[in-house]
Amino acid sequence: MKERLWWRHLIGLAALVFALVPILFLVSAALNPTGTLSTTSLIPKGASLHNFTKLFQDENSPYVRWYANTLVICGSSALFNALIGVSGAYAFARLRFRGRRAGLTGILLVQMFPNFISLAALYLTFINIGDVVPAAGLNTSLGLVLVYLGGAMGVNTWLLKGYLDTIPKELDESARIDGASEAQVFFRITLPLATPMLVVVGLFSFVSLLNEILLAGVFLTDTSHKTLAVGLFGMVSGNHNTDYGEFAAGSLLAGLPVVLIYLYLQKFLVKGLTAGAVKG
Amino acid sequence: MPSERLARLSWPRVVFVGLVAAFAVVTIPALVDRHSWTGVAIAVAVTAILAYVYLSPRRIAARFLVPGTLLLLAFQVFPVAYTINTAFTDYGDGHRLSRSEAVAQIQADSVVEQPGAKRYELSVATKGADASGSFVFFLTDADGKVQRGDTAGLTPVPDAEVTKDPITGKVITVQGWHVLTGIQVNGLGERLKSFAVPTKDGFIKSVGLSQAYVGQFTMKYDAAAHTMTDTQTGTVYKESDGDFKAADGSGKTLPIGWKVGVGLKNFGAVVTDGAIRGPFFRVLAWTLAFAFLSVATTFGLGLLLAVVMDHPKLRGRRIYSSLLLLPYALPAFISTLVWQSMYNKDFGLLNKLFGTHVDWLGGAWAARGSVLLTNLWLGFPYMFLVCSGLLQAVPQELKEVARVDGASPLRVFRSVTMPTVLIGVMPLLIASFGYNFNNFNVIQLLTKGGPYPSGSATAGQTDILISYTYRLAFGAQGAQYGLSSAISFLIFILVGLISYTGFRQTRALEEVYAR
Repeated sequence: MKERLWWRHLIGLAALVFALVPILFLVSAALNPTGTLSTTSLIPKGASLHNFTKLFQDENSPYVRWYANTLVICGSSALFNALIGVSGAYAFARLRFRGRRAGLTGILLVQMFPNFISLAALYLTFINIGDVVPAAGLNTSLGLVLVYLGGAMGVNTWLLKGYLDTIPKELDESARIDGASEAQVFFRITLPLATPMLVVVGLFSFVSLLNEILLAGVFLTDTSHKTLAVGLFGMVSGNHNTDYGEFAAGSLLAGLPVVLIYLYLQKFLVKGLTAGAVKG
Repeated sequence: MPSERLARLSWPRVVFVGLVAAFAVVTIPALVDRHSWTGVAIAVAVTAILAYVYLSPRRIAARFLVPGTLLLLAFQVFPVAYTINTAFTDYGDGHRLSRSEAVAQIQADSVVEQPGAKRYELSVATKGADASGSFVFFLTDADGKVQRGDTAGLTPVPDAEVTKDPITGKVITVQGWHVLTGIQVNGLGERLKSFAVPTKDGFIKSVGLSQAYVGQFTMKYDAAAHTMTDTQTGTVYKESDGDFKAADGSGKTLPIGWKVGVGLKNFGAVVTDGAIRGPFFRVLAWTLAFAFLSVATTFGLGLLLAVVMDHPKLRGRRIYSSLLLLPYALPAFISTLVWQSMYNKDFGLLNKLFGTHVDWLGGAWAARGSVLLTNLWLGFPYMFLVCSGLLQAVPQELKEVARVDGASPLRVFRSVTMPTVLIGVMPLLIASFGYNFNNFNVIQLLTKGGPYPSGSATAGQTDILISYTYRLAFGAQGAQYGLSSAISFLIFILVGLISYTGFRQTRALEEVYAR
């Protein structure tokens, strides 16, 4: 029996058009020599790097600063998110102490209420913090990172505890018999074994913070302190038509590394997503 | 033996405790300076807990838990408590201060210069580089003597610590202080205007950006009677609910009030105040519709594509799924901004492609549809990936058995495939609903909540609750932290309900599995 497959391709191609048009448009706008929105078409009429050079020279939008800010803020937040998450997970998975069950339930409860909902309260709190410790107030990277780390314990601890539960306990027990301290077991045995999961947790938290504009927009108001998301948003809401090529070039440089990492990890991502789905 | 215990301390722990001690040394004096006793108590407690946990040989589990827990308490639990607390106050523009601060500020605002009064050259300085913190005056009098002025009074500054402009005598740099530039001083705005240094001859206030004068109050506060009297007009103002209201019944109110508890007024306003009730329920309805439709459309398209692609003989399946992954992989803020420009009426790609002249984000329903379309684009690849994986997990034998029993392919899909997929995907659908319920990004980046109905600048036609609270607190109509926090509080309750449903659903499914 021969089945006809053409209609499957038809639907698939329609979905591809829908999925790819905005991305094609972004690439075309970045390469568009004129650099305005009104002259950008879906298929580039010419290709030049003019937008990229303009982007790096534009004094009103310090793109390199934004890129560096983003790497520092999202990078350190992602790193500490993963570290705080895994150390909490280690305590809950491997150690026995009073209040363990209550702690686990408490974390589950607290993490339902992400802190950005309290944004007015956070803003007012950081006015006061900045008064005492200016390095951690509004308009500082440190202040924003602290806010981002508020949820570190909540979001990832359960996920990572589940992962640590799958690593045999015998490994740390034999190390302990050999005289390793708890810290040595954690840093030398558990951390290396949990690295794949930590990379995924770190990557997801990096990308979600890369997209964060609510708190970053409220906290970072000086042009030189902004992140890419806040800065590029300001760029298109400012002079929409004329700066469009610059915006597209900047977006492409910001998005490309993430896209490449995702494509590289594609198989792993699909597996991770469905594993989570089946487990519930 | 203590020496043995200390010998077992590893150096990273020593460094860490050292850093904690340094933190205490920096913050505690600064907090004492500001008479912030709660702050001192918190700083002392945090330092003590950290030092104890990392120096004691017994608290091993705590060493792994304390840093994360402190951050959780400080930046997630405390803000929630603060939000709930603020929801019962009138905190916001005109009601930012405590009563004593408000009295001081009203008096400072009323200072007027007396003819022939003393003038100073003025520099404004802060402790740190951040101009948004508190500031002080450095004042040079006609003899070139420099004094530092803050809200407590004047302190002489030795000449050795300052450098002065040779002609005017204005202070240019001071040891330990950060002198603000003219632009920064200008940026202080209202805060500079209402800053007054008390002295025995009256109050020193700024005039322009680099001069100050000694003046006298025209507002007199009577602490016993709780009244404020304008000595120029003779009007008496009485305290009433966080404001000074004119006692003569003219309804005049002084512009500066203070923060007071208002009980359930903010919540009452949501139900009874027509100007808030209308927008609030419209925003609430759209939030629910937006979240529900986003989940329904992304899941629908994702499932459809997964089913279409789920055929062993279909060629190029891997290419399809790689390319369909792209919208998921590109950071969402970028793609949302690209969509925003594609919707542009004059230059946008959509109007160019279709040869139309539609204002995609201009009308209420057009904008809502556009927001949903973009969110569909952002979300369907994820659902496609998940559904593809779940379809693979449907036991092949079960399908074959059903087919042997004479079931049509449609029937097999409905009775065998769908239940398996739904059980797997249900928790994710609820999570996705919760995520979209607070999806600030897609609204802010596409429409900024707009279009706005005439007469309302805080609640646009595409605003969802989280973007509405954002606009109440930081929007163009001025800060209304009290009302904004009340809405945040309502979001907490709704999010709690969604999560509770999610838990129950998961548990119900686990029971299904167990059977």
